[in-house]
Amino acid sequence: MTDRSAGATHRYRTAGFDAGLRRRRRRETVLKGLGILSIAIAIGMLVTLFGSIFWQARTAFVQTQIGLEIDIAAEEFEGGADATASAIKGASFRGMVRDALYDRLGGRPDSRAARRDMGAIVSADAPFQLMQDVLDNPDLIGQTRMFWLPASDDVHNLVQGVIDPDTPAADLPVGERVMGWLEELEAQNAIRSAFAWDLFLRSDSRDPEVAGIFAGVVGSALMLTVTLLVSLPLGVAAAVYLEEFAPRNWFTKVIDANIRNLAAVPSIVFGLLALAVFIRVFGMPRSSPLVGGLALSLLTLPTMIIAARAAIAAVPPSLRTAAMELGASKMQTVTKVVLPNALPGILTGTIISMAEALGETAPLLMIGMIAFVADPPSGFLDPAAPLPVQIYTWSTSPERAFAAKTAAAIIVLLLFLFLMNALAIYLRDRLQKKW
Amino acid sequence: MSLTVATYTILVLSLVGYLMGYRWAKNLERGRARRLHSRPHYHGLWVALCMLLPATIAMLAAIALRGAVIDWLVLQQMPESYLADKDRSLVTTRLWTIARDQFGVTNVRDVEEAAAARLLRLTNLANWAIGLGSIAISFGMGVYALRPLSHTFQARNAAERIILWILVACSAVAVLTTAGIVFTLIFDSLRFFSMVSPTEFLFGLDWRPITAIREGQVGQEGSFGFVPVLVGTAQIAFLAILVAGPIGLLSAIYMVEFAPHRVRATAKPVIEVLAGIPTVVYGFFAATLVAPLVRDLGNAIGIPASSESALAAGSVMGIMIIPFVSSLSDDVVSSVPNRLRQAAYTMGATQGETIMRVVLPAALPGLVSALVLAISRAIGETMIVVMAAGLAANLTLNPFESVTTITVQITTVLTGDQPFDSPMTLSAFALALALFAITLMLNLFALQVMERYRDQYD
Repeated sequence: MTDRSAGATHRYRTAGFDAGLRRRRRRETVLKGLGILSIAIAIGMLVTLFGSIFWQARTAFVQTQIGLEIDIAAEEFEGGADATASAIKGASFRGMVRDALYDRLGGRPDSRAARRDMGAIVSADAPFQLMQDVLDNPDLIGQTRMFWLPASDDVHNLVQGVIDPDTPAADLPVGERVMGWLEELEAQNAIRSAFAWDLFLRSDSRDPEVAGIFAGVVGSALMLTVTLLVSLPLGVAAAVYLEEFAPRNWFTKVIDANIRNLAAVPSIVFGLLALAVFIRVFGMPRSSPLVGGLALSLLTLPTMIIAARAAIAAVPPSLRTAAMELGASKMQTVTKVVLPNALPGILTGTIISMAEALGETAPLLMIGMIAFVADPPSGFLDPAAPLPVQIYTWSTSPERAFAAKTAAAIIVLLLFLFLMNALAIYLRDRLQKKW
Repeated sequence: MSLTVATYTILVLSLVGYLMGYRWAKNLERGRARRLHSRPHYHGLWVALCMLLPATIAMLAAIALRGAVIDWLVLQQMPESYLADKDRSLVTTRLWTIARDQFGVTNVRDVEEAAAARLLRLTNLANWAIGLGSIAISFGMGVYALRPLSHTFQARNAAERIILWILVACSAVAVLTTAGIVFTLIFDSLRFFSMVSPTEFLFGLDWRPITAIREGQVGQEGSFGFVPVLVGTAQIAFLAILVAGPIGLLSAIYMVEFAPHRVRATAKPVIEVLAGIPTVVYGFFAATLVAPLVRDLGNAIGIPASSESALAAGSVMGIMIIPFVSSLSDDVVSSVPNRLRQAAYTMGATQGETIMRVVLPAALPGLVSALVLAISRAIGETMIVVMAAGLAANLTLNPFESVTTITVQITTVLTGDQPFDSPMTLSAFALALALFAITLMLNLFALQVMERYRDQYD
């Protein structure tokens, strides 16, 4: 490098040339640096997104519960200790919970406002949970027992630190006396945090502290069943035709161009199509998994067809010739030779398009899947609110505790997607043959 | 009879048909020296397909026509005096609401009560007719299919011909879907344009999709000017591509040209994860984290910022389409032939110069089409903007203010409680038609450019 006199080949390396080369190399480093920076930004965004969601979800996985000594007095029930189910349902569990709260917190407050505030420490759903316990176990009648009942969402937020208890009193969702009662409960060890089974085992509710995603998961499962049953056969049949039978004519070209364009049509348009065709023309029930599933089938069909075609095209032609040589018809070759060998690829494509369908939300809003659904749908025609829609409706709810619930539901959704994609990758690596 | 029962009956009948065809062929074969042309199960398949397909097609067609025919029949029976000054489609909607006993309809007149009852009776009757009719077709086709079974009958060829037609029909579903989309959007848009003039829609500067709830209500005349919605959509898409374009392109260039194999093998799938995240998740991220940040940022630098700013929605949408841009550009850049790079190196160019002066110009058409496809994706995206952008159509270019998009307006209009035939509800279809047309044009353009680019180096 430094030996300037070494020979004719190096004569052009003047000081100016070296400086120029350094400058040119610097530009290259800048380009490289920008590339690394971009990748870092993209990955940083991904981490921020996951981080923010996990951070917001942390309080949704625990349920704040209040421990109350509840006297389930026999005289509260019509028929006493042998009360029938309907008599149990008629009893005032609200009153029992109230009385237990008064006992805990030093007697019945004098003012109505104070009584209301005290009652609002436990969830509005707590009396129903107590009723369910008694219905399940009527022997409880006439006993005094310790029950752990869910606290209201405001109390939950305070106890779990979603709302800092040291914020100025005016900004707190509850009054000063409630803060005092909470301290008292804390002192009596009557507040605990338990794992929020309700989040997974119960369905949507107006009260965020007991709302769960069960109905959403069931709705999504029913919808995906319809999507799978429709789009898998349709997609494979179309792929088989296009790869194995289609003559090279204008009709094939039209289908081909169509599939490519459909893959890029905004998903919301498929929702409008489903609204117009399935609901208005065919009269199928709104918000049902059937209509949702059909809309998603049309949406995922291009992905399915493209994946299945790739899998079929990957089967070597020699296998087809061998089968035909043995006297198989074209159709027999396809069903007995081509499809079995293309199966792993088709399965992978299917799982990936089902994952795509699982996360889709916009077309479902178009077909009315936005209603409040408190019970899991029991069939394909019942109103359903699939998991992504549940996430959307929760995220628009004003109660603050729903934000954490939303994040928790997102984690569940992402977990499902992760599992599906992992399964697809596993199948691809495990089953796919190398020819 | 419920149609479900009819469907199951036809399925069972077809199964019986399969078994009969199979037995029949087996019996033909037994004790004779002559062999059948096709194996027995092809005879069964032939019978089953004959019984299943025509009946199913007839049933679906009848269900599709059922509603319109019944509505027409019921309206025919209603007194002229009742129908005189009413929109017929509104009348049927009201009758159905009464018939299903929804929403606690009030002021039901006797005429309406009777018509609603008739509606239910006719629907019930139609279901019976459709069910029995399709079972009869299935049965008749079974008899027809069993007759030709013989030694010489080419059952395999016959069955395979039917199956081939099924395959053709399945492929045609893609075409039918497109046709369905175009037809629905145009049909309902035309109804919209019969109420609102196309000029107002295309050039109007004010978008307030409200319909008078009572007749003659003051100040409740909606206005349907598309321009602010279009500008809002374009603005958010532009902001998105401003984020995704550079990041996606630069990371693709780095991964193709510089990155060691190991870095590429890990970074590429990690970035692709961004593409697998549902859009509702991005929407939540935009609404809870990015939007407040942008608002605080705006207030900190002295620009009053909305908490539903275009910037928040646009930048999160940009993050969403990063993998889209980067994987498309990755393909484009890697398909630039190596001989071009080698020629540049021979001339003494550094790697950076080769990329900037040779590879990128060669890849330009492909990169442009990648960006166009990404823009089209951003325009059609719904959930992020529904959750993070505004509802009011402000005609502004300030990224800190709230704007609305086509998809937001479609969602708002269709998830509200509005009668189906109001201009407000129908405006969703006009918006969707515009959305479909815009994205289709962008996609066609991008695909065309991409195709020509591929041909150039193949």
